[in-house]
Amino acid sequence: MRTMDQKLLDSLAFYSTKPNGLIPFYHKVQEEIGYIPKEFLPQIASSFNLSQAEVYGVLTFYADFRTKPPGKNIIKICRAEACQANGCHKVIEKAKETLKIDFGGTTPDGKVTLLPTFCFGNCANGPSVALNGKLYGRVDTRKIENLIHSIR
Amino acid sequence: MHTLYIAKDYSAIAVGADEVAFAVEKEAFLRNIPIRIIRTGSYGLYWLEPVIEVELEGGRRIAYGPVTEEAIGSLFDSGFLEGSDHPLCLGNLQEHPYLKKQTRLIFERIGKNDPLSLDSYIACGGFQGLKKAIELGPDKVIDQITKSGLRGRGGAAFPTGIKWKTTQRAIASQKYIVCNADEGDSGTFSDRMVMEGDPFLLIEGMAIAGFAVGADKGYIYLRSEYPLAHEVLNKAIAVCRSQGILGSPLFGSSFSFDLEVFLGAGAYVCGEETALLESLEGKRGMVRPRPPLPAVKGLWGKPTVINNVITLASVPWILSHGGEAYAAYGVNRSKGTLPVQLSGNLNYPGLVEVPFGISLRDLVYGFGGGTRSGRPLKAIQIGGPLGPYLPEHFLDILLDYEELSKIKGIVGHGGIIVFDDQTNLAFMAHYAMEFCAEESCGKCTPCRIGSTRGMELMEKILMGKGSRKELELLFDLCDTMLHASLCGLGGMTPFPVLSALRHFPEDFGYSKEEICAFAGAL
Ligand SMILES: Cc1cc2nc3c(=O)[nH]c(=O)nc-3n(C[C@H](O)[C@H](O)[C@H](O)COP(=O)(O)O)c2cc1C
Ligand code: SF4
Ligand code: FES
Repeated sequence: MRTMDQKLLDSLAFYSTKPNGLIPFYHKVQEEIGYIPKEFLPQIASSFNLSQAEVYGVLTFYADFRTKPPGKNIIKICRAEACQANGCHKVIEKAKETLKIDFGGTTPDGKVTLLPTFCFGNCANGPSVALNGKLYGRVDTRKIENLIHSIR
Repeated sequence: MHTLYIAKDYSAIAVGADEVAFAVEKEAFLRNIPIRIIRTGSYGLYWLEPVIEVELEGGRRIAYGPVTEEAIGSLFDSGFLEGSDHPLCLGNLQEHPYLKKQTRLIFERIGKNDPLSLDSYIACGGFQGLKKAIELGPDKVIDQITKSGLRGRGGAAFPTGIKWKTTQRAIASQKYIVCNADEGDSGTFSDRMVMEGDPFLLIEGMAIAGFAVGADKGYIYLRSEYPLAHEVLNKAIAVCRSQGILGSPLFGSSFSFDLEVFLGAGAYVCGEETALLESLEGKRGMVRPRPPLPAVKGLWGKPTVINNVITLASVPWILSHGGEAYAAYGVNRSKGTLPVQLSGNLNYPGLVEVPFGISLRDLVYGFGGGTRSGRPLKAIQIGGPLGPYLPEHFLDILLDYEELSKIKGIVGHGGIIVFDDQTNLAFMAHYAMEFCAEESCGKCTPCRIGSTRGMELMEKILMGKGSRKELELLFDLCDTMLHASLCGLGGMTPFPVLSALRHFPEDFGYSKEEICAFAGAL
């Protein structure tokens, strides 16, 4: 079973004193270990003086938070309207076909997780794709193949 | 020493601005030429990014773009540091029609300087609005805002002066200013550009709001998709604290203001103000029923002004130039300027700040240059994912809240997305339902269940199995969503769906006549 390391325990001590510290703490955990293990919830709940149902409810409400470890690399592709107008469906198809996974999936070798996003604010330079947090604009099928190739 | 300017803007970086800056630095080093690169916000001529501006004698700048790493050698060879000609030379950007035809009040500084240089902010008129506000006192500040005719730029277009007055009048030990920087609408990026390109402007606007209503604490609720804005805002706040602008009595008054950034976590509905407050309190982003209004009972039950980034960023100009000067721009009840964001299938996508009253055609063709694919324009979507799809012949409508509402359109946050004739509007209608189902907070049935039902119906229609019955069900469903939803997500999703049906019935496999039978619903 996974437990919190000292760094996270310090963060927990810090954020649990704030009336709205739960969401920033979740961000912190995910930043540190890539996801938010459900095993942490009882301890989080008691530190924040909330019920387990409450902390779980917050965790699952927000699309950013994951309760399972993602692949080593995360590719996010925008599927919102402005990118659609610039043909993002072709980029999405290419990614799914190359990786042989659907949105939300992780390749069997654990290397890549593919996620949809609703707008990066890069609409004027779409289609938009983020690889491990770095944003790429004007992405076409060739560029997405190169991006995938760069991490495989 | 040569001075060069390259944008450090999320969208410019997405097309290589960092790599270009690095390559220029390296090339200059190899050639033994002393240069300094100042990273700026973007002017918003996005099809030209990455842009390099070179400063010449007298401060005039010559621009080159879009620059690739491969072009840098030839730029140096041709003597671009002296402003020489080159195939990528764009001349003086300030003379570029795209910029020249704009009226930049909010964006007047963005693109020109280092966004985190307090000195250059002050040298370019920064904090004049705040100083003026303190001189005037709270009541007169609110008078100026009321006189300016400023309406909320987040989507609901509520008069800002009235909102501030309500919070000012509320009696409470603590009040808050909350900046809505959730910018969830696809096709919008003006909030991001302000936060990355002129963060002190937003801080100044929030401080003025705080002074006017008596709130000493502010939050910026920022969407997590904007990591650069997050970084820049935090740095700007730190600069202001260290210079005694935040957290200390302001400009000789007894008023002090401080603020912090709170990061959202990927929920569109948290842009809705009451869901935002729930989220900011650390909870699930569930919409609250109204009343009470947040202006009276908002964050932790305290009177709270919630304004969009652009609303707050308009405030310093209004104070420094006067409400009447602002109201001199625009038309009818749509006063001032709006930063319009042009995107989708366009030759010249970007940020265009213009007074209200310009025609949509001027925006889409005059600025945007028509479709990039060169194919006929089929539709535009204005006002974000909850805005309608309008066909070409609606483009003569003027940008004006009331004019647009006459044709069931909305200004929203000022985004316009262009689609060419390859687009199937029935797909877009399906997507609208899917988006609503995905993002629904789940509080009310019309939205939660309705959007899922709507998706299923649209799937049937898309597979060519739509009969009159499906059409009837879809109209019924939209009617329920329109009238019985608690917030705009469920309540406005029918806009894109019904407008697509009305204007492009053939995409759904229906004839005009079949659709017209439901004219009442449209
Ligand atoms: C579903 C939904 C999403 C919204 N998203 C945003 C948003 O991302 N940014 C924003 O400023 N306003 C958004 N709004 C509007 C806010 O509820 C609110 O009207 C606004 O923050 C008020 O500020 P303003 O008066 O300055 O516009 C949204 C509304 C709805 C119904
Ligand atoms: S309309 Fe949708 S998002 Fe809005 S309150 Fe109802 S369920 Fe929540
Ligand atoms: S729609 Fe894709 S980045 Fe905005």
